[in-house]
Amino acid sequence: MQLKKLLIASSIVASGFISNLTFAADTIKVGVLHSLSGTMAISETTLKDTVLMMIEEQNKAGGLLGKKLEAVVVDPASNWPLFAEKTRELLAKEKVDVIFGCWTSVSRKSVLPVIEELNGLMFYPVQYEGEESSKNVFYTGAAPNQQAIPAVDYLMNDIGATRWVLAGTDYVYPRTTNKILKEYLKAKGVKDADIMINYTPFGHSDWQNIVSDIKKFGSTGKKTAVVSTINGDANIPFYKELGNQGISAEDIPVVAFSVGEEELSGFDTKPLVGHLAAWNYFQSVESDENEAFIANWKKYIGDDKRVTNDPMEATYIGFKMWAKAVEKVGTTDVDAVEQGIIGVAVPNLTGGTAVMNANHHLSKPVLIGEIQEDGQFEVVWETPDTVIGDAWSDFLPSSKNLISDWTAPVKCGNFDVKTAKCSGQNF
Amino acid sequence: MMRFFCILLLSLSVFSSQADVSTSPKANMHETTETPSVVNDALIIQASKKLAASSLRKMPAQVKQFAEIEHPKVRYVLTQLMNGDLYYVKATKQIVTREKDTDGSYKIWHGISKAALPNVKRSALKKVKTNNAIRKSIRGLLAQLDLTSPDKGVRLAAMQELLSKPSDETVTLVKKLSLKEQDEDVLSLMNSVIYVQQLSSADAALQLEAAKALQNSLEPSVKNALEKTLAATDIKNIELRKALETAISKIEQKRSIFSIIENLFFGLSLGSVLLLAAIGLAITFGVMGVINMAHGEMIMLGAYTTYVIQQVFPQWIEYSLFMAIPAAFLVSGFVGILIERGVIRHLKGRPLETLLATFGISLILQQLVRSVFSPLNRQVAAPEWMSGSWQINPIFSLTYNRLYIIVFALMVFVALLLILKKSSLGLHVRAVAQNRDMARSLSIKSDWVDAATFGLGSGIAGIAGVVLSQLTNVGPNLGQAYIIDSFLVVVFGGVGNLWGTLVAAMTLGTVNKFLEPVTGSVLASIIVLVGLVLFIQKRPKGLFPQKGRAAD
Repeated sequence: MQLKKLLIASSIVASGFISNLTFAADTIKVGVLHSLSGTMAISETTLKDTVLMMIEEQNKAGGLLGKKLEAVVVDPASNWPLFAEKTRELLAKEKVDVIFGCWTSVSRKSVLPVIEELNGLMFYPVQYEGEESSKNVFYTGAAPNQQAIPAVDYLMNDIGATRWVLAGTDYVYPRTTNKILKEYLKAKGVKDADIMINYTPFGHSDWQNIVSDIKKFGSTGKKTAVVSTINGDANIPFYKELGNQGISAEDIPVVAFSVGEEELSGFDTKPLVGHLAAWNYFQSVESDENEAFIANWKKYIGDDKRVTNDPMEATYIGFKMWAKAVEKVGTTDVDAVEQGIIGVAVPNLTGGTAVMNANHHLSKPVLIGEIQEDGQFEVVWETPDTVIGDAWSDFLPSSKNLISDWTAPVKCGNFDVKTAKCSGQNF
Repeated sequence: MMRFFCILLLSLSVFSSQADVSTSPKANMHETTETPSVVNDALIIQASKKLAASSLRKMPAQVKQFAEIEHPKVRYVLTQLMNGDLYYVKATKQIVTREKDTDGSYKIWHGISKAALPNVKRSALKKVKTNNAIRKSIRGLLAQLDLTSPDKGVRLAAMQELLSKPSDETVTLVKKLSLKEQDEDVLSLMNSVIYVQQLSSADAALQLEAAKALQNSLEPSVKNALEKTLAATDIKNIELRKALETAISKIEQKRSIFSIIENLFFGLSLGSVLLLAAIGLAITFGVMGVINMAHGEMIMLGAYTTYVIQQVFPQWIEYSLFMAIPAAFLVSGFVGILIERGVIRHLKGRPLETLLATFGISLILQQLVRSVFSPLNRQVAAPEWMSGSWQINPIFSLTYNRLYIIVFALMVFVALLLILKKSSLGLHVRAVAQNRDMARSLSIKSDWVDAATFGLGSGIAGIAGVVLSQLTNVGPNLGQAYIIDSFLVVVFGGVGNLWGTLVAAMTLGTVNKFLEPVTGSVLASIIVLVGLVLFIQKRPKGLFPQKGRAAD
């Protein structure tokens, strides 16, 4: 009896092994390059889980091209050079067909040379500063014209702001975004004296005199607004200090580009009510796709209180697009998918359609939301139509003439329309 | 230092022209219960239904109409709407308010009569939408209603609200009310409103009078009005221009004094945070000579203890900090003792290995917290008494949380000083620090003293974590942000000297805060760091080096 049991058990195990083996030879490998430890783990872990959930769903629906998808998860540990090494590992050793990954711009910049050298394919799901277009990367987050510029328009036209504080963390995304915004504001006739720019280090926690300066700057009788590119962690002490010094959203509204549902879920939102955020997606948007997505997410993660956010939607769109493109061209070959995905449209989660454009950026709607007491956003404004992501800002002198177009005959990430030349470098 | 602080506070109260005005508008929410006329009852119910059904775009007009109804409940409904507490029944558009009960169910009331509505389900409710523009307009409307409030604080707040943009109609109202006003503070604000209005009059004599009268007001809107008038005044009108200029420069002068005091306060508050973070290290590093890279994680553990306490006793948020302080001390202290017993004592006299081992421990603790609590930041609520600020005058306020933290840091410092100077543990600690072998030969158990000292230092770090949980994110990386600063403070102050730590922390904080407005915070920290390096070059033992044989 015992022996029989053992035999059955071992044969099950063995068959499992064998099927696994045959399986492995015939799967499509999806690389997941998100930090699971270190400073960025707080944001990136969620995206890893999102990709895994999408893969599970796709497999339940029969996989892709008759094959199952297999996730290869690596941990670049919030260490920028390690991102390059892990990319190399994913492409050269694991031979993945596609990578979903990165959060910070610096990690993306670290991945770029490797992914171009080994001709990989990556979907980057976070809003960023633009000024880049690589053949091997698809940018599913917002470019500045899909987030920053519409937000400023809203503050200027609907709130009537005439005095501006551009506050940011000291690194490439805020610096570039603020450069673009400053040029944009000046083009709109705002004087230098009405713009205050402030940078703080990562994780800045003592905001007393900066908030006090903002208060003084805003007390001249002109409507003042703060455009915040303050990154992740530093936001919470910033808003706390605003609340404590008695600056309410009615006096000086703050519009943030890095504060979403996830960031707010670790925070007492009372002092934030009424402050704004600009994104392409809010969990509170009512649509069938969104409802299904939120339900799936809560079920997958096993926590009814988990929230969804914009980079998750970007991951969702990127994944769906890649799957659709692979099905369209019938292969996972990078060059074929890269060409095939241009023009592919999938439903986004806010009830519209996302289209991949020739510059590897998406068409997305822009939403402005006011923070509510429950940590969710109430949409107060949205663009009437989707906005096409612009890789090269029209407001910076250095990139005014550049466009990106990866379709024939241009096939270039930074094509100068004046000189009709491609500078040759891909980003 | 203490005396200096007292003098500072004293001088502030002399400067202050107004008393505490932090009374919240909420205090006046439930008032008069006189019987309204039947006609107005019907009106308000009809208007409230319109309010509920309105789109955001039409809302401001609806709110204005609503405020014009003469009914004692108008104020209550608008306040609820402003606070986002107003709901309506989807089917009937009947406005209601609701409140969460302790058992998680909701109590629902009629929005106007406040009668309980036990039959209405929560799912049948929808929130009445608001946004900033609506909240702002409600605040203005309430301010007008509040001008006649019997509560002085409410009247003051209402006047301040009106001061920023006085319309002709409010000024007439204010003029009428000012004749009856008894309270000096409110009256002076009322006069400001009237004078600000007078500034824009066509009569130069009236303008002159207003300019002279306004030179003592610190309200930002007064200064704006003065500047605007100055810009609009004819160059030939020398007398008026001069009066305006004097008024502005007088206000400027006062503002600059207050801004220096404000910076000083910011500096001291940053300094007290540094002091709390560093003082535990001053003991482990300063007294025992152990380079403990896991010190930051002791702070982090303290912060997480606060979080756990709030999770376990959700009904006692207001007192959670008082429970968290001893708990954090015990948790961090215990972990500290474990580290000392388990690792550090085996590496005695090998500073490099100690450094590497404790660094490893810090990584382990971080990842442990990530696994146990998730890598996401945890929410630690701030008790009511820790939020808000003490408005001393229109341009100068002190935030309560910082004020308490300064006081608390000094208390911890004094307590620690007493422990080291007066208790027998302190005596043993000092003895072992000065001469281990001699202390041992006098039958002091140096091993035990080491463990206790390390526990004490770590425990204090845990207390710092409780404080930091009120200021910054509670996450796995909390400690890393403070470890470098802590070492800087201890080295700058002189290793092994608590007073040095105090002076160093306050100096670094203040210097930082005075540099920041000039250079920006990134450059400020660089300058401080470079300055410190140069200082250490000159005086390698810090501000207050230990003297005598103990120094070797």
